[in-house]
Amino acid sequence: MARATAREPVQDPIPIPEKISIQITVNGKATELKVAPWTTLLDALRDRLDLTGTKKGCDHGQCGACTVLVDGRRIVSCLTLAVMKDGAQIVTVEGLAKDGELHPVQQAFIDHDAFQCGYCTPGQICSAVGLLAEGKAKSADEIRELMSGNICRCGAYPNIVAAIQQAMGRS
Amino acid sequence: MINFQYSRATDVADAVQQIAASTSAKFIAGGTNLIDLMKDDVERPTRLIDISRLPLKQVQQTADGGLHIGALVPNSDLAYHPLIEQHYPLVSSAIRAGASQQLRNMASTGGNLLQRTRCAYFYDTATPCNKREPGSGCSALTGAQRMHAILGASEACIAVHPSDLCVTLVALDAKVHVAGPAGARVIPFQDFHRLPGNTPHLDTNLHPHEIITAIELPAQGFAKNYSYLKIRDRLSYAFALVSVAAALELEGGKIKQARLALGGVAHKPWRVHAAEAALQGQVPDGTAFARAADLVLKDAKGYPHNMFKIDLARRATIRTLTQAAKGTPQPPSNKKIM
Repeated sequence: MARATAREPVQDPIPIPEKISIQITVNGKATELKVAPWTTLLDALRDRLDLTGTKKGCDHGQCGACTVLVDGRRIVSCLTLAVMKDGAQIVTVEGLAKDGELHPVQQAFIDHDAFQCGYCTPGQICSAVGLLAEGKAKSADEIRELMSGNICRCGAYPNIVAAIQQAMGRS
Repeated sequence: MINFQYSRATDVADAVQQIAASTSAKFIAGGTNLIDLMKDDVERPTRLIDISRLPLKQVQQTADGGLHIGALVPNSDLAYHPLIEQHYPLVSSAIRAGASQQLRNMASTGGNLLQRTRCAYFYDTATPCNKREPGSGCSALTGAQRMHAILGASEACIAVHPSDLCVTLVALDAKVHVAGPAGARVIPFQDFHRLPGNTPHLDTNLHPHEIITAIELPAQGFAKNYSYLKIRDRLSYAFALVSVAAALELEGGKIKQARLALGGVAHKPWRVHAAEAALQGQVPDGTAFARAADLVLKDAKGYPHNMFKIDLARRATIRTLTQAAKGTPQPPSNKKIM
């Protein structure tokens, strides 16, 4: 069905604003970036900082593939404007391993074969790290509920839950 | 996403001043609904005013024993706040039933109220939608209406407000504190959201350029006898087909006071005072609950795809009241309806 009415411009086209300088710490490294107001944190990480571990799935906050940790909390970077995170500490999947040793959640995902195609995995892992830090999930049911923002179209859920249970025991 | 200007508000007065100075600016806090709508070209603000750094992140007890919740408290912090878990478990339970933990970490309390009442046609700019483009028509009336309203709808719009939190806030008689060019005022929660009528493009009764600063809960939290039951197409991370918030104050084997509100059924969180009144003084049993449910749905009207919601809402209402009376609230992570 055709649009009933063409949308009228609200006002004169707005001038493209100056890029805004932000300072963020990404995986422990202080970083200065100039970003347009509409640049999402996801696009800034992938296209500007070449941190392509964080995935663009739906780009609408529904799949969780873009999950990163901002000031220790898991969020979806696709619905986050980079300019609003000026001053924040950001951890992506690339920043989880320490001194050549995988994060316990990463190791647990390998131990339990908690992926198939792997596209959702960085988001799943960052989300699980956030979940462990929150400390609210105890049972498998609670893990499933609190991981429901991360979709795995391959259906690796049982192994993901098992991996998180292992990581809970170790961390 | 469209181009837009960006600025930060330094305090509430500055936020109000900034938004009043621009014809099509919007506030942004968590941005979970707004950015999504901007990506789909549904919302087209020319300026975003970032209010996320304003000092509205405290949860404080009020003099009369209630709670004053800053508008920028994240949904997840509110759900797990000790005072909320202890005194208002209905609120905690409802927040945890909504969205995902990532979104709850981002979304603010005030923003939860201001997420758009919406449906798939509102998002689809290729179809008419009176909420998106007043006067263009309602595609849902003759389209897919599984998710849509059964109460309070109009021919102009049959979308529903998807919040879980708001269903409990209306049930608990919360108040919305706002500030604006004309000063501060307090809006009873019941009067905050609107029915569509012939102006479905307006979701709330906020005046232009007003900002939510806090939500206030009264002292009574119904922590003993409550339940929030959410029925949805997936086990988690989906909008409600029907949700019910029930809270009872029991005394001497009878209902001294009842609160009952439904989500997923109307353009606004749907509280039914007549059903609450009918429960007052009654023995909390199936007969009383069925009568209350009938009162809730007395004027319900279904559409071809969502007719099932009327019976679903009736049964969910009875079930939730039963859970509340027994003191066995539906646990958010248990997917078996208790």
